[in-house]
Amino acid sequence: MTSDELIWRIAGGSGDGIDSTSQNFAKALMRSGLDVFTHRHYPSRIRGGHTYVEIRAADHEVQSRGDGYNFLLALGDSFARNPKEEAYYGNEELKPLSENLDDLREGGIIVYDEGLIDDEEVADIDLEARAEENDWHVFPMDLRALAREHGREVMRNTAGVGVTAALLEMDLGHIEDLMEDAMGGDILEANLEILHEAYDTINEEYDFEHELRAPEGSHDTEQALLSGSNAIAYGAIDAGCRFIAGYPMTPWTDVFTILTQNFPDMGGISEQVEDEIAAAALALGASHAGAKAMSGSSGGGFALMSEPLGLAEMTETPLVLVESMRAGPSTGMPTKPEQGDLEFVLYTSQGDSSRVVFAPGNIEEAYEQTRLAFEIAWDYQLPSIIIYDQKLSGENTNVDVEFFDRDPSPDLGATLTEEELKEAAHDASGKFKRFNYDEAENNVSPRSLPGQQGGRYLATGNEHSPVGHISEDPDNRVAQMTRRIEKLESIREDLDEEHASNQTYFGDETAEYGIITWGSSQGAVAEAVERLNENGYPVKGLGVSDMMPFPEREVTDFLESVDEAMVVEMNATAQFRGLIQKELGRFGDKLTSLLKYNGNPFEPAEIVEGYEVNLEGEDRQPTAQVRIEPAAGD
Amino acid sequence: MSAFNAIGEEREIDRDEFTPGVEPQPTWCPGCGDFGVLKALKQALPEVGKNPEEVLTVTGIGCSGKLNSYLDTYGFHTIHGRSLPVARAAKLANPELEVIAAGGDGDGYGIGGNHFIHTARENHDMTYIVFNNEIFGLTKGQTSPTSPKGHKSKTQPSGSAKTPLRPLSLSLNAGASYIARTAAVNPNQAKEIIKEAIEHDGFAHIDFLTQCPTWNKDARQYVPYIDVQESDDYDFDVTDRREAAEMMHETEDVLNEGTVLTGRYYVDEDRPSYSEEKHAVGEMPDQPLAERYFDDDAEWERSYDLLDRHT
Repeated sequence: MTSDELIWRIAGGSGDGIDSTSQNFAKALMRSGLDVFTHRHYPSRIRGGHTYVEIRAADHEVQSRGDGYNFLLALGDSFARNPKEEAYYGNEELKPLSENLDDLREGGIIVYDEGLIDDEEVADIDLEARAEENDWHVFPMDLRALAREHGREVMRNTAGVGVTAALLEMDLGHIEDLMEDAMGGDILEANLEILHEAYDTINEEYDFEHELRAPEGSHDTEQALLSGSNAIAYGAIDAGCRFIAGYPMTPWTDVFTILTQNFPDMGGISEQVEDEIAAAALALGASHAGAKAMSGSSGGGFALMSEPLGLAEMTETPLVLVESMRAGPSTGMPTKPEQGDLEFVLYTSQGDSSRVVFAPGNIEEAYEQTRLAFEIAWDYQLPSIIIYDQKLSGENTNVDVEFFDRDPSPDLGATLTEEELKEAAHDASGKFKRFNYDEAENNVSPRSLPGQQGGRYLATGNEHSPVGHISEDPDNRVAQMTRRIEKLESIREDLDEEHASNQTYFGDETAEYGIITWGSSQGAVAEAVERLNENGYPVKGLGVSDMMPFPEREVTDFLESVDEAMVVEMNATAQFRGLIQKELGRFGDKLTSLLKYNGNPFEPAEIVEGYEVNLEGEDRQPTAQVRIEPAAGD
Repeated sequence: MSAFNAIGEEREIDRDEFTPGVEPQPTWCPGCGDFGVLKALKQALPEVGKNPEEVLTVTGIGCSGKLNSYLDTYGFHTIHGRSLPVARAAKLANPELEVIAAGGDGDGYGIGGNHFIHTARENHDMTYIVFNNEIFGLTKGQTSPTSPKGHKSKTQPSGSAKTPLRPLSLSLNAGASYIARTAAVNPNQAKEIIKEAIEHDGFAHIDFLTQCPTWNKDARQYVPYIDVQESDDYDFDVTDRREAAEMMHETEDVLNEGTVLTGRYYVDEDRPSYSEEKHAVGEMPDQPLAERYFDDDAEWERSYDLLDRHT
């Protein structure tokens, strides 16, 4: 007996090892042949506070966290303090159990740690009555005692995994292998004992009345479990990036850390510096001197990068910046996703923008578009920005290992060698015409690097002449400004002709109703479209990744082919819908918005419901925390 | 063959090579101390054997920021206060470049103060020249971090209530390994100090006093000056941190009272530069990063080789 899908939620306190345990369990599920997708929910705290990780595993492709979940392992928060009356954070001891019940599906399983979650308190939340009502199967176990008996208290995670495996009738093999990879000696031995004891105890002492079992699947090719941050870091490595500068800020820190840890072995340089202005300025300085460089941050740190970003545009210095969004404004919710920085990233810094912005929608796109961002930045000498969010940063999915089997591309793009510089145009003083506008193919004038023979010029953030002298001459200004801005048109043509579309289409091509989205909301939309199609609704979807230059033709074709479209995004002010209307100048009466900004990503069911409510034209909102913003004139 | 043949090229270098062939009209006022920095650099660079194409001058914003418009080297005129982070990364990416950063007192000690502290702390191998005229020049005469207490300007009409910043002491405490003060009115000393700073292996900070005849009307503020190395009244060991600190304090106390002390204040030849420190912990490549992109034999590791840990 197997089930269609397992969505396992492990809950506890921050610092209880929830993350590492879930990583291993996800990998074990992947190794057993399943497709997996993880979702991390954690507070902005180091120790304690309600945290959970969800792992969705199925024998078919999974593109989102899914809806709700069907197995809860509530470990208990070992850092919880005794709750005081009306304390800010409520009863933390109980939260791993009590906070999660609303989303547990009918027929689901609950395992909770009696060692940390007090039975008297459990009585307070009417667990018994709710379990009966929802056909939940509850297994209280003293996991802490079991862990203490054979090792240390923190190993109750292992006990929890053993219990899970027994209840789902899983083979322990993959879990044991992973434990052997991760540890050794006494620690490994203790963990293995705990794993087996927990597994056997459940089998011996409990009757299984529940129907949930681990799904079974198989992969034809080797799989790797990666996060979006891994994919971006790996895309950068393969693009030849070997210089990174940054300042820690959640969720961008992941990319920064991954590259920093790998660069010493690759001849790269990483710098943690005093602030984000410095970080982006360092990347710019390294790029100017001839390295492929990147920096990045989350919204608050990216705000500081506005200065070097504009300087990169004006001096036409290639640069890649990544921006991992979290809920704002200001410090907002540091560990919660939102798609609220789109307008900020598109337009921040003074003057007209000449930058490229990509918003990858999943792990594969994160890798591909990072490579593309480097390629375009160095070919066209401008900053490329990859905008993504806390969700894509931290979610892990399995990807075919072969997907990453590509050659590196350490090409410096429109950069001349000394041989080429000899042939290049120079002015009367002997200076290289680095900002030549007469012969600029695709609006790009190739550059030289400091130290090259015959390449002397001045790079300046002021408007400048072809050799880089500060110039306020009106004719020169128009020529230089036009050239910089029109690079975007050249890039658009290049993207349309040379590259497969970065946009992702799903559903029935002939459908009359469209759902359009961007970035990490793509997976949930894709699943929602699939379900709507199964239910007989003629719906198709479009996930847009090119934010600037905007894929005018593709989006126009899509919107012209439907009667109505719903724009799905995680923010309160419909920023992407605004971008579509700004870029295309129409479709205001065709576009409805479905918005969510409560700190949690969309579940597919919310999008399905949003579609249905909108279709019915009812004057109500789909749920308490998802909002429909009607089309203009409605 | 190197991709950067201008670097380390050995030949007789004429100081005129540092003057642009078509000379731009300077935007500095007649009598401006900034001319003194330009002249001293043009003299010093050929004398230390540097040719224009191996030098990268990185400047900030302000009158000082125009330095590399009038000095014919590779140049990066950045933005207000940000010359140092740009400069130090260029040096890390290609350690063989001669990197000279320059900016003003508002630029370097005000808006860029944080970068100054951290660049000194890390002891990057570069020269940093701060044009200190104790005023914001380009924005027309506002009080700067080094303006004397009580200084009146349009933005401090009642006189500044702020004690001026002590750039030399700040630099010493932050970790710079070469610290000197010179003045445009003292051209020979200026040239010698710049030469020493360029040859110093570490962060060399020069507080360069540049009179502003337009906005600081008492433009003779730096005359007469006393060279602390020449004068018998100031006997101290420039390699002794404590003695250097005392001397700096003395200077910084009296600078605005008509006594101007210039010269070397602190020289630490033993402190490793940042790239040496970074190399020692295994975080700095042997081959200059910038060279590698032109090296056909370079091996580029790929992410595929990292996937084992994910399977």
